[in-house]
Amino acid sequence: MASPADLKYTRTHEWVRRDGDTVTIGITDHAQGELGDITYVELPEVGTEVAATQPMGIIESVKAATDLYAPVNGEVVAVNDKAVETPELLNSEPFGDAWLVKVRLQNPDQVAELMPATEYDAFAEHGA
Amino acid sequence: MSESTETALRQTPLVERHRRLGARLVPFAGWLMPVQYASILEEHRAVRAAAGLFDLTHMGEVEVTGSGALSFLQEVASNDISRLEPGAAIYALLTNPQGGVIDDIIVYRYPDRDAYLIVVNAANRDKDVDWLQTRRALQPERDVTVEDISDRTGMVAIQGPQAVAIAARLTDADLSAIAPFHWARAIVAGVPALVARTGYTGEDGFEFFTPIERIADVWDALLGEGQSEGLVPVGLGARDTLRLEARMPLYGNELSDTIGPLEAGLGWAVALDKGDFIGRAAIAAMKEQGAPRRLVGFKLVGRSGSPRHGYPVMAEGRPVGEVTSGAFSPTLGENIGLALIERGAAGVGKPLDIIVRGKAAPAVQVKLPFYRREHPAGAGNQSA
Repeated sequence: MASPADLKYTRTHEWVRRDGDTVTIGITDHAQGELGDITYVELPEVGTEVAATQPMGIIESVKAATDLYAPVNGEVVAVNDKAVETPELLNSEPFGDAWLVKVRLQNPDQVAELMPATEYDAFAEHGA
Repeated sequence: MSESTETALRQTPLVERHRRLGARLVPFAGWLMPVQYASILEEHRAVRAAAGLFDLTHMGEVEVTGSGALSFLQEVASNDISRLEPGAAIYALLTNPQGGVIDDIIVYRYPDRDAYLIVVNAANRDKDVDWLQTRRALQPERDVTVEDISDRTGMVAIQGPQAVAIAARLTDADLSAIAPFHWARAIVAGVPALVARTGYTGEDGFEFFTPIERIADVWDALLGEGQSEGLVPVGLGARDTLRLEARMPLYGNELSDTIGPLEAGLGWAVALDKGDFIGRAAIAAMKEQGAPRRLVGFKLVGRSGSPRHGYPVMAEGRPVGEVTSGAFSPTLGENIGLALIERGAAGVGKPLDIIVRGKAAPAVQVKLPFYRREHPAGAGNQSA
């Protein structure tokens, strides 16, 4: 499945959608496929300051636990309680209902530095 | 995974079939094995609700023959092998002189030959064979042969409430007449097989042993025959969650060189009254004093990440042990685990804290097993 062209991507398999001075963040379809059945999601609290490439949450599947990384610097302004309550949503709707956090950007230029969809898909296919 | 890593691993004759079924293949005990096909949760639930098919060709098989076979097995294995009638099987441990565990095994007595088959964990195969050969060599005059037949033996299992019915349609033999922990010869899908009513899931079912070049025929036939009843191929991921719910030990987690059978709650597999065997004195001494640690089951109380092997366990603010196995239980929809903890902290209903990534997750000790099927095997499946 090709990743949506209107989003930006990280090497740690998060997607980022910019909306003015905030971004919405989730994990990619490739990431959910690698993890398998997702059973638990732990997200930062609203108000938390996060820093690009630093862990800000945890995604667990039946197999293993992995970190969720912040793609950008900024302040968490919203978290998706629905994804926390029904983690399996990350398997079925990774780019949609299962968004994870919204962050107010400290430096909007950071978004431009992330990968476009075609580059991410090639990266994800050829090995992380 | 790189190509070179893949080629260094052993492959079962079914590996191309696993690929075509969409399996994710991973290294396991030196083998390239399917960890999951579609979803661990779905595979797990299929085994509880209908049936699952497992490639177990990586497991080790060791044949013990000769007039001294029984006395040799009585020396190396913890359980009383003399209780085995022809065609019967028994769970036992290979114990070391310190009372620790080298491996957990099933010993099958052949139905029609004066010989035994030991099925061992893939990860322990070489270690076990070395150990058995070493013990054998201590008394070269006795008539015992220990032979590793793993390379020429194929093994698959079908497990689940529909397993017996599905397998029965592939043979003229009356498989339902094979009692739990027994085996018999049968022609299955045209293949001469030994069919054992044993497994590692907590469900009824069979494990099939065939010449390795014929195992694919049995796999294909079972998969084709069972699909209409919901049978699916099952990988190692669900095999682990299934055995955990049924409280079956995994060597390296619940058992090791330094975890004894009594600590692991496997006293029932140790026949202290059968005569001497390797490790008997140490195990008897521990029984006298009481095992210092106990294997207990627990459930996490609130929402949390899953407990995993090696996570610390606290009680009343101090460390009391470690998680040996833990997972999100697909059947119960809760986080469950086994932990090896100080005797004083053990007790159903007593609280524990599991340290999940540095944070204490409250847990309560529960009765084991976490899951028990409604109808025991071999009870006609109606009357039980």
